[in-house]
Amino acid sequence: MAIALKSFCFLHLKKPETDFRVGFSSKKATIISVKRYTSVSASAIRTTEAVSISETFKKLKKQGKVALIPYITAGDPDLSTTAEALKVLDSCGSDIIELGVPYSDPLADGPVIQAASTRSLSRGTNFDSIISMLKEVVPELSTPIALFTYYNPILKRGTEKFMSIVRDTGVHGLVVPDVPLEEAEIIRTEAKKKGIELVLLTTPTTPANRMKAIVDGAEGFVYLVSSLGVTGTRASISGKVQALLREIKESTTKPVAVGFGISTAEQVKQVAGWGADGVIVGSAMVKLLGEAKTPEEGLKELENFTLSLRSALD
Amino acid sequence: MTTCKLQGTIVNNQFIQKKGTLKERASAVVQAVVTRDKFKVKVPTLTTTYTPLPILPLIEKAKEIIVETENTNSAGKFGRFGGKFIPETLAELATTLRDYVGRETPLYHAQRLSEYYKNKNGGIGPDIYIKREDLNHTGSHKMNNALAQAMIAKRIGLKSVVTATGSGQHGLATASACAKLGLQCTVFMAAKDMERQSSNVEVVDGCFKDASSEAFRCWVGDLENSYHLTGSAVGPHPCPTMVREFQSVIGKETRKQALEKWNGKPDVIVACVGTGSNALGMFHEFIYDTDVRLVGVEAAGLGLESGRLSSTLVKGDVGVYHGAISYLLQDDDGQIINPHSIAAGMEYPGVSPELSFLKESGRAEFCVATDEEALDAYERLCKLEGIYPSLEAAHSFAILDKLVPTLPNDKSKVVVNCSGRGDKDAPIVFDRRILHA
Repeated sequence: MAIALKSFCFLHLKKPETDFRVGFSSKKATIISVKRYTSVSASAIRTTEAVSISETFKKLKKQGKVALIPYITAGDPDLSTTAEALKVLDSCGSDIIELGVPYSDPLADGPVIQAASTRSLSRGTNFDSIISMLKEVVPELSTPIALFTYYNPILKRGTEKFMSIVRDTGVHGLVVPDVPLEEAEIIRTEAKKKGIELVLLTTPTTPANRMKAIVDGAEGFVYLVSSLGVTGTRASISGKVQALLREIKESTTKPVAVGFGISTAEQVKQVAGWGADGVIVGSAMVKLLGEAKTPEEGLKELENFTLSLRSALD
Repeated sequence: MTTCKLQGTIVNNQFIQKKGTLKERASAVVQAVVTRDKFKVKVPTLTTTYTPLPILPLIEKAKEIIVETENTNSAGKFGRFGGKFIPETLAELATTLRDYVGRETPLYHAQRLSEYYKNKNGGIGPDIYIKREDLNHTGSHKMNNALAQAMIAKRIGLKSVVTATGSGQHGLATASACAKLGLQCTVFMAAKDMERQSSNVEVVDGCFKDASSEAFRCWVGDLENSYHLTGSAVGPHPCPTMVREFQSVIGKETRKQALEKWNGKPDVIVACVGTGSNALGMFHEFIYDTDVRLVGVEAAGLGLESGRLSSTLVKGDVGVYHGAISYLLQDDDGQIINPHSIAAGMEYPGVSPELSFLKESGRAEFCVATDEEALDAYERLCKLEGIYPSLEAAHSFAILDKLVPTLPNDKSKVVVNCSGRGDKDAPIVFDRRILHA
């Protein structure tokens, strides 16, 4: 069944993207996919079902491994490429995949992810079409997915409804960069009800007491923002991260993943060496997909890049 | 004494924890006081904690007392109370607002404009007064806040200031304040607004909201050295409160000037609402004066049904944007919709959280004026009074057409806040009115 699905996606990859969008957003496509799936039970088609984010970290810890967490923006250059990219990342040694929901005003993001979001939205990507895509692809992945989304789209849909939809899609985690600890209670409660782990972020400017509270509240993993400012590649990773990692590790057994500004195999290795349980690479991945001449070329580069990061960690 | 303090603490805690209406909170306090018997420590009865006032002399003195509280002397004292016991920063601000900015700004009786509406309305119409914020140094109310915040930036030892501007007036005010205080200044402005208002600043694709986001990103990247000087009453707490506080000088002056001019209060106050800094500066002082109507005017752009507008309070719904909950222009997915207005300073998809609250609570009314109506109002004020308002402020004058017929009598006093001057807009008006006439 999984093979059938793969060919389904590749088939569409070669078609003009307008056709594809209809495929993911219209009700028609949902009916088609239901037909495809109803004959076999869902559990039967999954060979290795993804486990929760915290379980993934536990598993890796036993193996003495550091998690590779790539980030890509949904719908850039188009949703069919995103679907393929998720499979590429899954098969090239990613442990968790962070999928960005494009937003009109991504305040925490630097130029690369901003541009990807704008491109994606202008092609007509919306929340429903992303969910349709995920419903098709997630059953094929053995890597858990964490959605990265800004707060307003959650609020607009209704927090409870949003969590239900996300859970039904098979997503395991959620990162909301513009909701600080004080305002996180509602989404945390709703996420918990649906079994979704809400990742919280701490930064180099977070005071020690506050950092402890964030670490206590975080689920899945603690997201340590490695540099001041927005997402995007940096020439080097601040040495302060090493001290921060040590500080967090002293107060918790929860896994800590480092992100913002990490883009090379050397940096990945360096951060892992400092004791991080996971390393998040975003803008560098997004750039490969967004700037490639063709989606196929972008996917090929994504594969090579992910493999190089994986081997840097192992 | 310690028991007294303890009692006070309990009451205070109850007060903070208890949410709900004032009545509920009041009863919570009463409960706390009543249940003091439950505590093991001995608490004195309430009668020992205060002395009742003599009732008769109070009534006799009442008139005198009221007059004294309304006309505070120059030191701001009520009898022997009040005054100005403030840190030096604020004293510096008061002096600089006078000597550098040129405050206080006049409350001007616009006789010809009043006559125009009287004639139009069958001989009945209000006295229209204009609060001349356009006469501030750099030409708008924006200076009140920019100067104060630049002083804060300097006092806390930061070397540079980052900001974003829509119409350019906040950018100009900030740049001037920074020059005066010897701070470095970076201003972000959207490319299309730059075309509208030629200046020398950092260019950003998109509109004012994108420039705001970019200024914010720039600041977050250099948190340790730079100060984000928000010019609008939006953004995360405490930005909206800080901006409102520094702009509230507009309303305070208006109250004093109204008292001097007609020994009363305005009946209606009108201000334009882009993000809401000038409107709040005007409204805040009068929020508890329920006999004063507060009218905010938003930009309807090409019309309320056109989809090309900036009427956030009138057409938007609630969401989170740029760090706070407010009314927003957004689609069903919660994506922000690009606003439109002929006046760059009105183009913002969010709005002040305090104004959002005033709308929801019904304390203030909000209505709209289109691009065309604002242009008409600009022209009218030029012709009748020789005052050229910014296109933003022109929106507040535009609403007079609809407002005047609703006023109960011709003794009404209407104060319109002229938040900025319109020489920056002359090319747009010229282009629209003369070239295309």
